Formats: sequence, C-alpha cells, structure tokens
Amino acid sequence: MLIETIDNEQLQILLNDILEVYGYDFLEYSHASIKRRISRLYALDNFVSFAEFRYTIKSDQQYFKRFLEEITVNVTEMFRDPSFYKTLRNEVLPVLGTYPFIRIWVAGCSTGEEAYSIAIVLKELNLLHKSLIYATDINPTVLEKAKKGLFSLHLLKQYSENYLQSGGTKDFSTYYIANYSLAKFDQSLSSKMIFSSHNLVSDHSFNEFQLIMCRNVLIYFDKELQHKVFNLFDNSIEKLGYLALGSKESLDFWPKSKQYKRIKTEKIWRKL
Amino acid sequence: MAQTLTKKCSALIIGGSAGSLDVLLEMFPKLRDDLTFPIIIVTHRKSGSDSLLIDLLKSRTSLKVAEAEEKAAIIPGNVYIAPADYHLLIEESGTFSLDYSEKINYSRPSIDVTFQSAADIFHQDLVCILLSGSNADGVEGLKMVNNYGGRVVIQNPLTASMPYMPQQAALNVSVDAVLNSDQMAMYINELNGS
Repeated sequence: MLIETIDNEQLQILLNDILEVYGYDFLEYSHASIKRRISRLYALDNFVSFAEFRYTIKSDQQYFKRFLEEITVNVTEMFRDPSFYKTLRNEVLPVLGTYPFIRIWVAGCSTGEEAYSIAIVLKELNLLHKSLIYATDINPTVLEKAKKGLFSLHLLKQYSENYLQSGGTKDFSTYYIANYSLAKFDQSLSSKMIFSSHNLVSDHSFNEFQLIMCRNVLIYFDKELQHKVFNLFDNSIEKLGYLALGSKESLDFWPKSKQYKRIKTEKIWRKL
Repeated sequence: MAQTLTKKCSALIIGGSAGSLDVLLEMFPKLRDDLTFPIIIVTHRKSGSDSLLIDLLKSRTSLKVAEAEEKAAIIPGNVYIAPADYHLLIEESGTFSLDYSEKINYSRPSIDVTFQSAADIFHQDLVCILLSGSNADGVEGLKMVNNYGGRVVIQNPLTASMPYMPQQAALNVSVDAVLNSDQMAMYINELNGS
C-alpha cells in the first residue's frame, strides 16, 4: 500500500492548507503526479495519521521546506537530450549572437544543470560575455544548490558523454575542478547567472527574453495552468525570440500557438 | 473464468521487461480489432527506442498504436506505449500525465507507477498483465490492483524467458490467471465488453 495513503479529499485539504498558510498554489498541478509525490512523502516520513501529517505541514515551517523540496521534482541533468543542445548550439544561439545583449530565462531551473549547460555553449560560441542567464525555481533550497555550481562527480561521466553528443568539442573536464566527490564548475559560468525564486503559477513576467527554456516543468501542470504559463512566457519573449520545452511537451493546443513556428524536430518554437 | 465474464474491463495495462517483447509480438496479430478498452503498455527499454516498438506493434495489428502523450485523452480500442525515460500516470479525467521523477526499481518508466496510478482510477475495472522480466518492478503495483479488486494476470513463469518478474508477482499478490504467451490474445479478446 505504497500509494493509497492519501485519498482525493485529503489531498484537496492539504493543497488548500498550503495555499492558505504558505501561498503556494498546487491546485492546478497534475492530480495523479502530485498525489503520488505527497503519498510517497507521507510513507517515507512514517506519518501515522493524516491529521498528524496535515498538522506538521501547517505548523512546522522547517518541515514545509522539506515538503516543498520533495513534492516538486528535481531530477535533471546536464546536456539532457543532446540533440536539443545541438540545435541550440548550431541554430538558435548563433542567431541570438547577432544581438548586442542576450537575455535567457531558465524557468524551473532546479539545481541548475541546464543553466550551466547553456552557459558552457555560450562560452564556446564566444557569447557568454554579453549574456545573462536568469535561472528561477519555485523552491529556494534547490536555488541555493544551483548557485554553488557543485555537482556529484559520479554523474559527470554521463554529462560529459551528453556534452560530446551535443556537439561539444572541448575536454569537458576543463569546466570543473574535482574535489573529493564533487565537481565545482567554473566561476566564469556562474558569474553570468542570476538565481531567483519565481513561481510560475502566481508570479508575473519580470523581463523580456530572447530565449526561455522551461523543460520538464509543464508536464506537472494541468492543461489550464499550462496555458496560463504559456501566456506568461508569451509576455516575456521578445518578437523573434525562442521558447524551448521538454521533449514530451508541446505548444500545440495553446490558442496562440499559431504565432510561433517550430524549429525542425526539436521542441523549440520561435515567436513570429 | 466465469468471473471474467461478469466483470467489466475499462483498461488493460501490460507491464514487461527483459523477454517481454516476443510475447507482445506473438499476441498482437491475434487481438480483435474492436476492443472496447484501451491497452497501455509499459516496458523497460533504452531511451530513443520508442518508435521501434511502436512500429513493430503497428505492423502486427490494425488497432491504432501510439506513444502515450502528455495530457492526451485515453481512447478505448487504442494501444498506448509509455515513452522511454518518463513515468506514465493516469488522471481522473481519462488523460495521461508524464513524470520525470526518480527511477523506481532502477526503471523509468516504472511498471509499479502505472499499475498504481491506474488502480487508483479504474479500481475493479482494471486488468493488469505482468510479463517476463528480471526484476520485481510491477509487483508493488499489483498489490494495489488486488486491493482495489482489479484483475491480475501473469505470464507463466515456467514458460517466460525471464521468470523472475512474474514469479515475484505469484509469490506476493493474488493472481487471477497464469497464462502462456500463446493464451494471452484469447484472454484479452474475451475481456471485450458487451
């Protein structure tokens, strides 16, 4: 009985509590997914009753921090989907390189792997000096990790393979210093990043960008919320700017999708 | 089998790992083309091989075979394949959700995740089949199918090319039917509603 520890009614009660007490709105998240995450946490932390779980979430701010970290999915990797990064490297970023200044928003950046990946490509295209990467997430704890630029060394082999497949030509290990079990990424990369908390559900547009990357975040939202977030992105992308989504996400059913043109076979759209 | 005739099937989920492809390839040509429920297939495989499995199955049936797409409606009579590298969940609205969270049983997609999610939605109207495989993914999910009164079917471990997975199911859950690969299609065809 791993999953059916929280029923639908209890889920609704919890999500309402969280909105009321902490201002985080999960009501329009994909139901099946958030129910699974919350049930998993309930079992993981050995709560004996729903009442106890509910009380702890409502009254213990430290526990809520954990709750937030555990129910949002923070699985990510560097140069995930190498062909996507290849298209960014060969087609998207060279176009942005003609601008005097490049602003990129990595929305839902989690622990920062994608922000560092894009910074590496910008550096190799000699564009990093005139770029600024805004990396945001709902969860302040992961942003703290992202800022440090520290990643587990045992993952670097996979990242390095991804990097090479994505068209990278350098020795990947020149971008970090290995220190015990951690790889510390070069400061020249993070110096062009601004980390900030931002909630796609409730916060507004805060700048205009030439590229917004939001990959594997929208799968956790229901359709209505996805459309709201597309509108937020639309208000935050310059004309002829780009929007990049995860490999299974799509703009297709969004009413304004006709104002965007898809780039080849990747999940990248250009605003017309 | 008498019980089978009186129970409704709203969805059939098939889970499998190593050695399950041959079973699917054997069963698909024999499936009737007017199934009254969707078939959802969750198998362990390398990412990037999605279209291969879809093409193989397409060539063996006139049923519509497609990858399970994020937020797409689940239509009876269609066959859906869980995409590699995502967990596949089912929403109350009869649509799919994808999830890129941690691997379960070293697997993404995990059969447990889809079995559990489907049990939560379809309750007793769910049929789950667990095929050949060499880890225990799916067994936790089948426990929940049991709890909701859904039907559990396993491939006969004696004839499965990798018996471990159906064997673990046989040891841990109550099983409604144990079938050889050549009996699968007939069983599925008989699930068709009146």
